[in-house]
Amino acid sequence: MKPSKPAVPLGLAAGRAATYTRPMVQHPRRRRSDGPTRPFRLAGVALLGIMLSSCSFIEIDSPLTTFEPAGPIADRIDGLFWPVFWIATAIFVVVQGAIVFSVIAFRDRPGRKEPKQTHGNAKLEITWTVIPALILAGIAIPTVRGVFDLAECAPDAMNIEVIGHQWWFEYQYPEHGIETANVLVMPAGQEICAVMTSEDVLHNFWIPALNGKRYLVPGQTTYLRLEAYEPGLFWGHCGEFCGLSHSLMRAQAEVLSPADFDAWIVAQQQAAAVPAEGTQAWDGLQVFLNRGCTQCHTVDIEANDLGIEPNILASDVFNGPNLTHFASREVFAGAYLPYEGLSYNQALTEWLANPPAVKPGSFMPDLGLTQQEIDDLIAWMETLS
Amino acid sequence: MTATAERPTTTIFRRPESITGFWSWITTVDHKKIGIMYGYAAFVFFIIGGLEALLLRIQLAGPNGDFLTAAEYNAMFSTHGLTMIFLFVMPVSAAFMNYLLPLMIGARDVAFPRMNALSFWIFFFGAIFLYSVIFFGDVTPPIGTQGVPGNIDPSDQTLLGGLPDGGWFLYQPNAGPSFSPGAAVDFALLGLQILGIASLISAVNFIVTVFNMRAKGMRLLRMPVFIWMTLVVAFLLLFSLPIIAVALFMGTFDRAFGTLFFQAAGGGDPILWQHLFWLFGHPEVYILILPAMGIVSEVLPVFSRKPLFGYAAIVFAGGGIAFLGFGVWAHHMFSSALTPVAQAAFGLSTMTIAIPTGIKIFNWLGTMWGGRIRFSTPMLFAIGFVAMFVIGGLSGVTHSVVPSDWQQTDTYYIVAHFHYVLFGGSIFGIFAGLYYWFPKLTGRMMNEALGKTHFWIQFIGFNLTFAPMHWLGLQGMVRRTWRYAPETNFGPWNLAVTIGAFTIALGILVFMFNWTWSKRKGQPSGLDPWDARTVEWSIPNPTPHYNFAETPVVTSLDHFWHMKYTEDDEGRALRKEDADDMIAALEHSGRNPSAPIHLPNPSYFPILMASGLPLIAYGIIFHQGLAGKLLIFVGAVIAIGSLLGWGMEPLEEPHSGGEHEAEMAEAY
Repeated sequence: MKPSKPAVPLGLAAGRAATYTRPMVQHPRRRRSDGPTRPFRLAGVALLGIMLSSCSFIEIDSPLTTFEPAGPIADRIDGLFWPVFWIATAIFVVVQGAIVFSVIAFRDRPGRKEPKQTHGNAKLEITWTVIPALILAGIAIPTVRGVFDLAECAPDAMNIEVIGHQWWFEYQYPEHGIETANVLVMPAGQEICAVMTSEDVLHNFWIPALNGKRYLVPGQTTYLRLEAYEPGLFWGHCGEFCGLSHSLMRAQAEVLSPADFDAWIVAQQQAAAVPAEGTQAWDGLQVFLNRGCTQCHTVDIEANDLGIEPNILASDVFNGPNLTHFASREVFAGAYLPYEGLSYNQALTEWLANPPAVKPGSFMPDLGLTQQEIDDLIAWMETLS
Repeated sequence: MTATAERPTTTIFRRPESITGFWSWITTVDHKKIGIMYGYAAFVFFIIGGLEALLLRIQLAGPNGDFLTAAEYNAMFSTHGLTMIFLFVMPVSAAFMNYLLPLMIGARDVAFPRMNALSFWIFFFGAIFLYSVIFFGDVTPPIGTQGVPGNIDPSDQTLLGGLPDGGWFLYQPNAGPSFSPGAAVDFALLGLQILGIASLISAVNFIVTVFNMRAKGMRLLRMPVFIWMTLVVAFLLLFSLPIIAVALFMGTFDRAFGTLFFQAAGGGDPILWQHLFWLFGHPEVYILILPAMGIVSEVLPVFSRKPLFGYAAIVFAGGGIAFLGFGVWAHHMFSSALTPVAQAAFGLSTMTIAIPTGIKIFNWLGTMWGGRIRFSTPMLFAIGFVAMFVIGGLSGVTHSVVPSDWQQTDTYYIVAHFHYVLFGGSIFGIFAGLYYWFPKLTGRMMNEALGKTHFWIQFIGFNLTFAPMHWLGLQGMVRRTWRYAPETNFGPWNLAVTIGAFTIALGILVFMFNWTWSKRKGQPSGLDPWDARTVEWSIPNPTPHYNFAETPVVTSLDHFWHMKYTEDDEGRALRKEDADDMIAALEHSGRNPSAPIHLPNPSYFPILMASGLPLIAYGIIFHQGLAGKLLIFVGAVIAIGSLLGWGMEPLEEPHSGGEHEAEMAEAY
């Protein structure tokens, strides 16, 4: 097993307008060398095929890559993948080599004799039955061990409930009474047991750096283990096709040091302050209260004497993300916004102006907000830290 | 013969008699004509499915593409899958089987010629039914979470957006009544149901044909491998289609009549759908690949001028793959909540499949090894098949490592894998077969230069399209994704993929030109253009409508080869001195049957009966109105009525003249 390596702390310190590009990282273990490319046409193009597939190993990483495991579970999976990959590569080379060799050596050319009419060779056939069987047995053992080792959450894991919606993930921390969305905040070095279900259709929760995927099934509970070595920000995506905006249903896992995590817990447990009357944020709160937002969005507002009702709860029928600490998250709208090239404020403006235009089928309707109302709303939402 | 005389001679229609012209195609029961119709119909859908793929690729050429709307994109990838699987690869395989099965076992037709026609027409109407959704549109606005109307997405109302959009896998509850309320998914469910009936009928017909219609001496282990694979596929269809039929009915009932089999909100189980779907769906994968494996097993020996290496091993490996194929379905569901025991078991069973598959590949290599290889176009495609299929097989083994699959599933890595198997495998195999047996259809050769051009363009385009997808998937690009954000860095490789897809399209255009041109202007092929091994080449080209003037008596595997060749002291092939004379004699005798040959009469009833089924399906979809109920009734009357007419139909029209006198009993 590899030693832990520091995750790239991404975007965390960089502020809102951060553009999420990853540094190009070199991965020597992924580089494959090619055999000589030369002679005959068929051989040449067969090799071209090989080259193409190796070219695709060019080193541009996506933030969703499976090649940078950042926790013990993903590491274990990574450790299972590479031996199999190299075995497969070896077989690939042998078989394609045999094809290329046959094509060159046994091609029809003037003077070539008629071939011997061999019908088979029992020894040879037994050999190429037994050897693959042995190789597969060799792969099977670590596979089965991996399945059992990785299956169940550790008893001391911290439970976080993950609830899938079209098209965003909701997270609840039952031990701390916290409800949040899109960004799963978790402590480093501790196993999290994601206790998952879905409100509507199948979703598939996936943070590639931390573990593989697991379905979120309506009416059922599934479990997924997540653990990160170090603080960092890791990307995720819904894997299963879940309707119109499946492709925009992303997730993030924000891993904090245990101390930062505790601080985060405390901060998240606070209710939102009421802005001073007459400020733009106050106007924004009025927009929120009067334009129908409260139909779907919960905001815990602190007790006050300004006539604002505390603990605005979304109805059971319509369920949108809890916005109490909206501004503590750097992404919104299913963690799709803001994408590269769009500032946070631009993205939020675009989103509030017409959500279904950004995210087809979005249940957040176009409320017909004016630019002034949107600006006010953003001013208020910025206070929801 | 006496049995015929006792049959009633009156019926609704006189049995049609034409052998040429429009009505001969409508009423034909000739396996060759049916095969050709299957082939052309399937190819039309290949073009449609390919155009859908190109639209998908334009959308994904760069980040945040806006060529298609989300609704259109979802409809396109769903319909692309449905089309390529059910309307292209399956029917084009059926085309090969129909055309070749009787020829390769030395028979004049399949066991049940009219059922054969019925199978084609049901497929034909089912396919048209499936696509007719485009005229009805997905008119109901989408309903979202908890059954509450979401925002109407105007893009759902477009022409393309109205096609089925639940994926070819139709996962529940997304494809259920709450989340896909429009009619599109109904068309998919019922369309597949109809297509399934067509395949079931073919399966029964082919099994009976293989067991009962073989020429004298054609023992089971003397049958060409393609026939063996036909038999295996027929059994796969026979056992797997009832499963999907049940699942499709349950899905239809959920949508049409409010049952809640798969709807979690009502206590149903969405995962049950996955089990049923993949219990069918995995054998289906082998239904798609085994015919191509059969084709390649015919082509490789001919162009290597050697017998197939390990014939029996290849045959039994095919059977083994099919058998094991029923025990691996849950590897499509490794990310659903299976227990570790189930995950491990399905991981292991999946690995086991690699063993018979490996046997086939090594035996194909053994066939080429030491041969005298001629690189005619069919051979290029066959070698391409082996090379590309190996890649798909190896990536398949990486999926069987269950924890790895948790990362890989639902990503483009999977898309890459199954396109290497289904395109690099099945479709390359199919093209090998098209080039190889083209002379049997037409009596002409396809143009070799164009054929080779086609191969290289398609080979390069194929790898440019699908090789980068491995990388994209492992980099985290999920499947069925309408858009990806710029910061994912997926852009450059997606552009390469899109260029590759258009390269493939160019290759297909070359093929279409070649086919059309060669049909009229191709070199005459003679009887045995490839120096072939199997008995379908012992009769003239194009195949006479009675197939064999005289049914052959088979004495060995590769019977036709042994008619031409013997072996010298070293075991090398040695052409018999009289081989050319013998071929000339076959050419002559094949065109001049010594006695009149009876062939089954054409019939109106297959197409008539088949036309009833889509009416019933329309009726079920629109069952809430009077028109729908009426349609169900009319459809049922047509279907059942034509069954009756079918049963009453005399085997032979009594007035049809002298040609059809003899050998009646033999044909039935």
